[in-house]
Amino acid sequence: MHHFFLFAAIFMALLIIFSLYRAVIGPTVLDRLIGVNAIGSKTTALLILTGLLYHRVEMFVDIALAYAMLNFVTVIAASRYFQKRKGLFDEIEGTQKEGDIS
Amino acid sequence: MVEQAKVSPQNRSYEQGTPSPSDVQPEKSRASRIITFVILFVIWLLLSGRFDLLHIGLGVASCFLVTLFSADLLLPSPDVMRLPGIWFRFIKYIPWLLYEVLAANIHVMYLVFHPRMMRLIDPRIMEFDSKLKSDISRVTLANSITLTPGTITIHISIYGHITFHAIDIESGKSLPLIMDARIADIFKE
Amino acid sequence: MNFMAVVFVLLGLLFFTGGAVGIIRMPDFYSRLHPAGKLDTMGLLMSMLGVALYTIQEFSLGEVLTGLKIMFIVVFVFITSPTATHAIVDAGVRAGLEPWTQDISREEP
Repeated sequence: MHHFFLFAAIFMALLIIFSLYRAVIGPTVLDRLIGVNAIGSKTTALLILTGLLYHRVEMFVDIALAYAMLNFVTVIAASRYFQKRKGLFDEIEGTQKEGDIS
Repeated sequence: MVEQAKVSPQNRSYEQGTPSPSDVQPEKSRASRIITFVILFVIWLLLSGRFDLLHIGLGVASCFLVTLFSADLLLPSPDVMRLPGIWFRFIKYIPWLLYEVLAANIHVMYLVFHPRMMRLIDPRIMEFDSKLKSDISRVTLANSITLTPGTITIHISIYGHITFHAIDIESGKSLPLIMDARIADIFKE
Repeated sequence: MNFMAVVFVLLGLLFFTGGAVGIIRMPDFYSRLHPAGKLDTMGLLMSMLGVALYTIQEFSLGEVLTGLKIMFIVVFVFITSPTATHAIVDAGVRAGLEPWTQDISREEP
């Protein structure tokens, strides 16, 4: 049973690397934000699995709850900050046409 | 009526909600304070996990302070008598919602793992008119639509006009209307 | 009980894999939100249900409280995840991102 949780945690870490691809490559800032959100929700599960591996679940549950709240606040604050057009298309100029600022 | 909309996001106008009269003059009844205190204290007991006198005393003190300041945040409606019926019907609504979310999850996972995914998906922006009136029922409807994979709520105007993004036509055609009817049945509107 | 925990954790890992593959393969910003926000939430529900079943095997007060806290995390994520997804899609619409659609000239498959 211990080995099963160990391999599940390793597989979850590999999935975090997959999500990190979108957070690094993603064309716009909001794509990176999606990647960061996916990494955060996977980390919440990974923290619980880590607690099972160390036999200290009752401590790691509080850390995971705090991490879930922090992830939510991060996404809300960053999406409120990046909701203007300026700066969003600077890295992919040429693929989007020019438009007025909505 | 669900129909395909050709709205461009540039010239979309956002209506700002006007405060309702219950927000301007908060109606702090005693029953809503007691319910808020009980909910907060149960969450305190769940999160602390220690049952000696010091921790329970600290919990009672802090829950009392929070209830004193923000009793009208959790239960803004002064009509407390309707609450047990709403909660009972809402708890009956949750298993149906979980089943629908699971079915839609399996559909989206089939789309994701399909080799010819780019031909199968057909993203579009749809809209329909909801008949819900109060804020809490609209929040429940928007969260239910967003929680179901395949549909994401973009905007709800103050007249109940809902705009959502659907990943293909089947997932956005009928399910939001059924959810609208069910939530109207929960809140008796 | 052990068997049920293993099955639920494996189902959760399957949903997590769908979310991770989906946000790589999907073509544009709006359709990437579908697997990112929701498949992760369902995977969290499944895997946390398995871990909670494994935790409450030795039946004592502390273990039951830990299982309840794990399910409290799931309830919290089920409330906040649609809100975060809506915040991201609202930022995208206000910034003026165009949704990707199927080509009109191509016939329906």
